Amino acid sequence: MNTWLAIGVTALGCYAVKLAGLLVPAGTLERPLVRRLAALLPVALLAALTAQQTFADGHTLVLDARVAGVAAAAVVLVLRAPFLLVVAAAVVVTAGVRAMGG
Amino acid sequence: MAEQTALADTGAGGGKTDAAVVRDALGVGVAVGLSGFAFGVTSAGNGLTLPQTCALSLLVFTGASQFALVGALGAGGNPFTAAAGAFFLGVRNAFYGLRLSQLLALPRVVRPFAAQWVIDETTAVALPQPTRRAARIGFAVTGLSLYVLWNLTTLLGALGARAIGDTDAWGLDAAGPAVFLALLAPMLKTTTERAVAGLAVLLGLGLLPALPAGVPVLVAALAAPAVLFLEGRRGRRGRASSHDTAGRAPSQDTAGRAPSQDTAGEDR
Repeated sequence: MNTWLAIGVTALGCYAVKLAGLLVPAGTLERPLVRRLAALLPVALLAALTAQQTFADGHTLVLDARVAGVAAAAVVLVLRAPFLLVVAAAVVVTAGVRAMGG
Repeated sequence: MAEQTALADTGAGGGKTDAAVVRDALGVGVAVGLSGFAFGVTSAGNGLTLPQTCALSLLVFTGASQFALVGALGAGGNPFTAAAGAFFLGVRNAFYGLRLSQLLALPRVVRPFAAQWVIDETTAVALPQPTRRAARIGFAVTGLSLYVLWNLTTLLGALGARAIGDTDAWGLDAAGPAVFLALLAPMLKTTTERAVAGLAVLLGLGLLPALPAGVPVLVAALAAPAVLFLEGRRGRRGRASSHDTAGRAPSQDTAGRAPSQDTAGEDR
């Protein structure tokens, strides 16, 4: 039930901001500071999410096979590989390290 | 992918055929649409049911927010903090909408329907088109192909995850962070972005043991206004004391860019 609640709130919120962009008069949100903040907000969120989903196990920080997987993804990213290959590298390396008992 | 195509379009000039626009749009739509697999698997791995997973792709349809939501719910987060993180990630779409609104000049009755497709990829394809007609075609074809494929592959990914059972054993719990990293990497262009990312990582990890699940990410979002504030202070001091504008240059550079280039990358 809680999950459906979260889905409903997210769907409404995300749709509302998409529609707002199309409906509000041009120039309303074009102030440089607002635009800078809008561009930096995803940077902060994505960085925090990447770190947490790599190191978090509940409320504790751990080093496990995911670290190797995400590191592999980073290397593949630097090599400018396509999106799917980046994700595949992370999955394969994580599974490999786990299979070896890591 | 989206960014590369957008750059290629810029060089094409005004004599672009409809077929060329459709080809570019399909290239982006198909390539990114296939990444719905990763979402379907990740969502199922975080304990969401098949209808819940499919509802997210149908109704939310903005990749980063979807991954963030299922990650937060999987970690045991409160539904509202989980939704808040996903919502803040989706706010950038409002800025795409602003630019698209002028470019596409859609009739008011069409806007509520077009809104669902206002995302990184459609913006990246539509913005650089030389004419309104080309921009409309680019937006519609990218939106339609991506929407159909993203939802189809979400379903297949969720079904696949159910078939294989323990998704962690297959390393699929690493798909989420890898997706976030791939979205983040093209955004880290200047010192400002790197400072925001670094501070957000410290906050996100440092607060993890102390705060309820999902809350540390929201606190980490404050890294963005914090770094902007510090940068503004440094800029004022720099202007007051000398002509030294070197420290300000990167931020002005980024502020002048189109929002699509600031954040449009591979959203899925």
